[in-house]
Amino acid sequence: MADRHAPTDSHDTAHAAGMARPPVSDVVGPGHSFGSITSKITSAILTKGFRPGWLVGFLLAFGVVQMFLFALTAVLVKGVGLWGINIPVGWGFDIINFVWWIGIGHAGTLISAILLLFRQKWRMSISRFAEAMTIFAVMCAAVFPVFHTGRPWLAAYWLFPYPNTMGLWPNFKSPLIWDVFAVSTYATVSVLFWYVGLIPDLATMRDRAQKLWIKRIYGIVALGWRGSAKHWQRYEIASLLLAGLSTPLVLSVHTVVSFDFAVSLLPGWHATVFPPYFVAGAIYSGFAMVLTLAIPIRAYFGMEDFITMRHIQNMAKVMLATGLIVFYGYAVEAFMAWYSASSWEGFMIANRMFGNYWYMYWALILCNGIIPQLLWFKKVRMNIPLLFAISIVVNIGMWLERYVIIVTSLSRDFLPSSWGMYAGTMWDWMTYIGTMGLFVWLLFLFLRFVPMISMFEMRTIIPPAKVKPEDAH
Amino acid sequence: MHQEDTAPKLFGLLAEFDSATAIVSAARKTREAGYTKIDAYTPFPIHEMDDALKLKRTRLPWLVLGGGITGMLGGFALQYWASTIAYPLNIGGRPLASWPAFIVPAYETTILLSALTAVFGMIALCGLPRPYHPVFNVPQFSNASGDRFFLSIETTDPKFDPAATRAFLDGLNPLGVSDIAS
Repeated sequence: MADRHAPTDSHDTAHAAGMARPPVSDVVGPGHSFGSITSKITSAILTKGFRPGWLVGFLLAFGVVQMFLFALTAVLVKGVGLWGINIPVGWGFDIINFVWWIGIGHAGTLISAILLLFRQKWRMSISRFAEAMTIFAVMCAAVFPVFHTGRPWLAAYWLFPYPNTMGLWPNFKSPLIWDVFAVSTYATVSVLFWYVGLIPDLATMRDRAQKLWIKRIYGIVALGWRGSAKHWQRYEIASLLLAGLSTPLVLSVHTVVSFDFAVSLLPGWHATVFPPYFVAGAIYSGFAMVLTLAIPIRAYFGMEDFITMRHIQNMAKVMLATGLIVFYGYAVEAFMAWYSASSWEGFMIANRMFGNYWYMYWALILCNGIIPQLLWFKKVRMNIPLLFAISIVVNIGMWLERYVIIVTSLSRDFLPSSWGMYAGTMWDWMTYIGTMGLFVWLLFLFLRFVPMISMFEMRTIIPPAKVKPEDAH
Repeated sequence: MHQEDTAPKLFGLLAEFDSATAIVSAARKTREAGYTKIDAYTPFPIHEMDDALKLKRTRLPWLVLGGGITGMLGGFALQYWASTIAYPLNIGGRPLASWPAFIVPAYETTILLSALTAVFGMIALCGLPRPYHPVFNVPQFSNASGDRFFLSIETTDPKFDPAATRAFLDGLNPLGVSDIAS
């Protein structure tokens, strides 16, 4: 490739000084030029054929997607009775998985929007695939409430305010409708933000591609971007505005999701701590998922120079901090159960800890409260396999959290005569694991066809990008 | 403008540079020399460029503000109309126009319309989508999205003169100067 340009002065010094291992504080490995960043990141896409590891993973995920489609077809044919939901536990896996997936998505927006506003440079190399993760997670999340309606083909007039021949309108006093607005806005804005971030990189792909038809496809989606100063000026303003808009949006989405619970009167749901505690939990699980994905991706594609130990460490620290907020939420729930002197609340927490689902609660405390405390130690944060294991543990813990909140509260209602037990059926598990397959499958497609790291942003943080004062030239 | 000698009509001249510092300095000198129809093409945003080219501030933020206000009022109006006029429903004895409950969807529509305006406004103000542009005729320009920096002076510039402008660009110490066929 002809993109190795003559090294500039600062490039030279970086090269000379940087043969040793990069320091942990670096957000990019030493010795990189504009050309090396471009060729490294585009090389994952502009190669002939498929790498065997990619192909195996892709096909496995594709197989799981088939199982997912089978499970959904069965549910459409037979009805939601295939699932374990019953009266009193009408929300089961669907809402557990919905909240879990939506929460995972939050890290992508946090990284791309909030960290952009705080000018955190370490955001740049992970924001692209974290945003992709957001979009795919929201897609997986959407499956559950839509199929939970039982008749998804009718869900349009139940959920969206559009003029229909029956003259019906949604009930805007219901948090469930708020949720429709929050999640659909979130999905739209996430896609827009992701696409805007991609435009300059798609132009790079257009200019790098050798084959004409590939050039054309990237050319169309790049919209004719040519990196003009006037483009960049508007582009930067638009990015900043989108970040400013996404920040309150991402905080509102899980807040509104928590309203689905908090606005009800059920003990264990009706709590003012829910919005902040849900948002923290969302970011917690999202960063866990980013780590779960970033660790194998960086190893497989050799992206250690771009996703450095600084990134890995910072993500671990965010996980630790948000994990503590979540743990505080659990403590407040227990404290309020005692402090409120409400016998319903007291029963709720006793039932969670020692009732039929006690093992779920203690597994949750272990996964979300105790094991992540290891992240206090730098040795643990620098240990990639251990960090990977912890990120999986946190993902499981966050799923358990939603399970505990939803199932224990619903299964033990106010009246003992309406008590009941709940367990997911085979179809529940097939749908849940199926969405994981869909998520991974989409991610494999993304890694193969879209630059996984923002090239134009990476160019801005290497030394040659710095404009020296006029007289120095 | 006064192009009769070249066979394909000339759109302008394109000078190629190899560093961010060089392009900013060249852009500044070109503007100071009195050229107005100039543009710089860079593989990443360079903030010094706005000053070097004395770019006017974009009106995008005002458009986004308009989009946001429209989204807020529209979202609120939709809920008010649906809940009180089109389909009044007594939900737990609450007033039909329970405005506190309408805040959440109105908040979301505010953000939705602002974001849509920001994205489509940016694309429109950039004059995109425009798959074809004369600068793409220069073979080296494919590096503008990689590691090279370009400065163009268009023939529509009142100060443009084929020979003098080329000599001026050569004086900026570029890697090369090319004709942009239109």
